[in-house]
Amino acid sequence: MLIEFSYGLIFWMTVSFLTVLFILGKFAWKPILGALSERERTIEDALSEAKKARAEIASMKASNEELMRAAREERETLLKEARDVRDREIADAKNKAKAEADALLARARADIQNEKKAAMAEIKILVGDLSVQIAEQVLREKLGNDAAQRALVDRLLKDAEARMQ
Amino acid sequence: MKALIRASFLALSTLFAGAVVAQHEGHAAADTAHATADTAHAAAAHTEVGHEAHGTAKFNPGEMIMGHVTDEHGWHLWGHTSLPLPIIAHTSGRGLSVFSSAHFDHGHKTYGGYMLLEGKLVATDAPDGTDAHHATVNEALTKATFDLSITKNVLALLVSVALMLILFLSAAKSYQRGMGAPTGIARFVEPIVLFVRDDVAKANIGAHYARFMPFLLTVFFFILINNLMGLIPIFPFGANVSGSISVTFTLAAITFILTLIHGNRHYWGHILAMPGVPKPVLLILTPVEILGVFLRPAILMIRLFANITAGHIIVLSFFALIFIFGEINAGLGWGVSIFSLLFTVFMSMLELLVAFIQAFVFTFLSAMYLGAATEEPHHH
Repeated sequence: MLIEFSYGLIFWMTVSFLTVLFILGKFAWKPILGALSERERTIEDALSEAKKARAEIASMKASNEELMRAAREERETLLKEARDVRDREIADAKNKAKAEADALLARARADIQNEKKAAMAEIKILVGDLSVQIAEQVLREKLGNDAAQRALVDRLLKDAEARMQ
Repeated sequence: MKALIRASFLALSTLFAGAVVAQHEGHAAADTAHATADTAHAAAAHTEVGHEAHGTAKFNPGEMIMGHVTDEHGWHLWGHTSLPLPIIAHTSGRGLSVFSSAHFDHGHKTYGGYMLLEGKLVATDAPDGTDAHHATVNEALTKATFDLSITKNVLALLVSVALMLILFLSAAKSYQRGMGAPTGIARFVEPIVLFVRDDVAKANIGAHYARFMPFLLTVFFFILINNLMGLIPIFPFGANVSGSISVTFTLAAITFILTLIHGNRHYWGHILAMPGVPKPVLLILTPVEILGVFLRPAILMIRLFANITAGHIIVLSFFALIFIFGEINAGLGWGVSIFSLLFTVFMSMLELLVAFIQAFVFTFLSAMYLGAATEEPHHH
């Protein structure tokens, strides 16, 4: 008969199915399902870690940029300061040099003035001496003739002229 | 992978077709041999050939088909060769008897106070070796007999159990080598395990699916493996285990018992007195719900049995056609055999699909019933 409940078959079926259920449940399904969920957890962990790392990298990048920007700014200010300092120093140096040159010039001018005064004094003395000498010689020659007299005066004047130069 | 599946499809179907032809050519040969022997000396032929042909030389398709889809105390291998199986019977008053079914001589003789009547073990008072057709059945003792014999289906069942243990224990072993991709059998098992877990258990049971996983996986693979084994027509496969009502009854009974054990207050509350339903309506609804509790596993049982048995019957019917036409005319038989083969190949493909579908449906519905039984009340 096709539809016939056989107690023997039901008995063997129950025994073998429950045995298989027990053995496989303990030694096959449990490790397999355990390994599967373990693997899934690992993958999930790895994924979330990767996500976290990505976020970290992004935040690091942002902070790096911030740092770069700050550094650039600092460099700018430093450069500006340096430029200012340099300009100021150059200006200072220029002023100082100018002052010194001015002082030197003034001193030189004063020296020249002094020299000039001394030279004038010397010339005055020399002119005086010459005048006296000329007068002395004129007087000593006695005035023989007018021509001789005039020649003498010219010669003396020429002499004085030569000496003056 | 695709190519592999296609190859196995082909291999299975050719194997199936070829072996069935071989089997039935054997039958046909036996039948013609019987026919000639019958005209010569009927009495001698009577003991020589199988009981399914006694009395008439005509090919009986119904008997042939039923012989293949029902259980037997012996495994017909080819022609007149059968593998004798152990008879284990307990009868109150007589005690336990264990002996080989070979003593029955294909059901023609009595032995140890038992004999086979239409394949069924019955008690008799006739002495050993009496012609079974003349022995009388002891009805009272037969009623007290508990037949625990290792029949064809029981043996096939044990083979499937051994196969399952080998397959899945070795699959489990591949997971001991740590993480990483599955290897070997695990590669085949893993997608199905994941499918049962995610699309069957989690989808139907919800958060507490884990405790039913061993049952669902075992049921799925048990049905699948027995369905597939039933498609391979050579020993020790080809028995109709998952198409046996006793087997599907046991499977459905386990699902039923699990729903009874795990059914919570919410579940029983809905069955005995559906909330929000007026009292007079409950008079009708409650009996229907209670009936439903029993009908659900009954439908599980019948669906699997009917699908698998029907598949076997259709395939066998195509082969029966060959011999029906062959009896009219040998040439006609050969001609029909081409179409029968083509249809059988087609049916085998279909049965392969059915093997998976029925395993899935049984597991899915079991999960659904278990899910309904363990569902936590919703707060509206």
